[in-house]
Amino acid sequence: MIPALLLLLASQLAGETLARLTGLPLPGPVIGMILLLCAFGLRPKLAETARPLASGILGNLSLLFVPAGVGVVGHLDKMAAHGLALLAALTLSTLAAIAAGALTFSLVARLLKTEAAE
Amino acid sequence: MKDVAEIWSYLAQSPLLWLTATLAAYALGDACFRASGRKPWANPVLIAVALLGLLLQATGTPYAAYFEGAQFVHFLLGPATVALALPLRDNLGHVRKAALPVLAALLVGSGVAVGSALGIATAFGLEGELLASLAPKSATAPVAIGVAESLGGSPTLTAVLVLLTGVVGAICATPLLNALGVRDWRARGLALGVAAHGIGTARAFQVNPTAGAFAGLGMGLNAVLTAFLAPLALRFFQ
Repeated sequence: MIPALLLLLASQLAGETLARLTGLPLPGPVIGMILLLCAFGLRPKLAETARPLASGILGNLSLLFVPAGVGVVGHLDKMAAHGLALLAALTLSTLAAIAAGALTFSLVARLLKTEAAE
Repeated sequence: MKDVAEIWSYLAQSPLLWLTATLAAYALGDACFRASGRKPWANPVLIAVALLGLLLQATGTPYAAYFEGAQFVHFLLGPATVALALPLRDNLGHVRKAALPVLAALLVGSGVAVGSALGIATAFGLEGELLASLAPKSATAPVAIGVAESLGGSPTLTAVLVLLTGVVGAICATPLLNALGVRDWRARGLALGVAAHGIGTARAFQVNPTAGAFAGLGMGLNAVLTAFLAPLALRFFQ
């Protein structure tokens, strides 16, 4: 577990450092994820080192949103004033994105005749 | 025996109380979710957030005091983002076989998710912090929170918007895609992962394993793409 934890934290630390150094618009952890993906490619054994811990964290991913979510208590005034507009924007755009993404995939797959997994 | 108020004032100052409360509220939310037969509307996070919000209001606890304890859970968002490298690696074989459809759907889905959200919100007269908080709503929470923060949005508002996006996507995807006549599980999964991140991915895994794998892939790729797209789109709308 310690090597796995070290791998995740070191990747994140490297990502944060690189984000500050380069001024890239990516959050440090996203750069860390890309770095770790490259490391997996170079040393496939690392993926098995990380697997138990990474699966454990990702299996309970939604718990991690709770502390930030509770912060809505500080935005009740904004939610009362703009809640409907925000809800409409996120609902409509999510439906549009699902439809657009799925139709694009089907169209391109059909054009290229890649086998469909039905 | 000491006064209850005295014990409370001690506990309310220590991180232990609110860390425990966060886990307890989530465990309760998860129990409700299982009891409902894993219906997407009984989202454990929404339930936990509602319970804790009511508890904070009832006890007059400021959010900062709550966060003293909850920060230990919040910190794990960073390592969790890094850990997404693992499912991405596991699905690299799928990507190679369907690279072009995946990339096309990713670009279109992610672009529509960010662009239409900002367009509709602007039409409703929203601006500034609210737009910056809304822009990354389809990315997985740790990434969306990081992106919103760097754009001048509110991380806590973004967290709630991300959750609601996931729940909306998970509830609506099946009827919507059936109505559109999309039968390719790869297309259905990928689109849902791109538009509705982890909650959508969890839903896709319930429906079909291929859809689940592609949803996980879509979520991971969109995390990276949103970090690039959201700042560009926001500049266009401001």
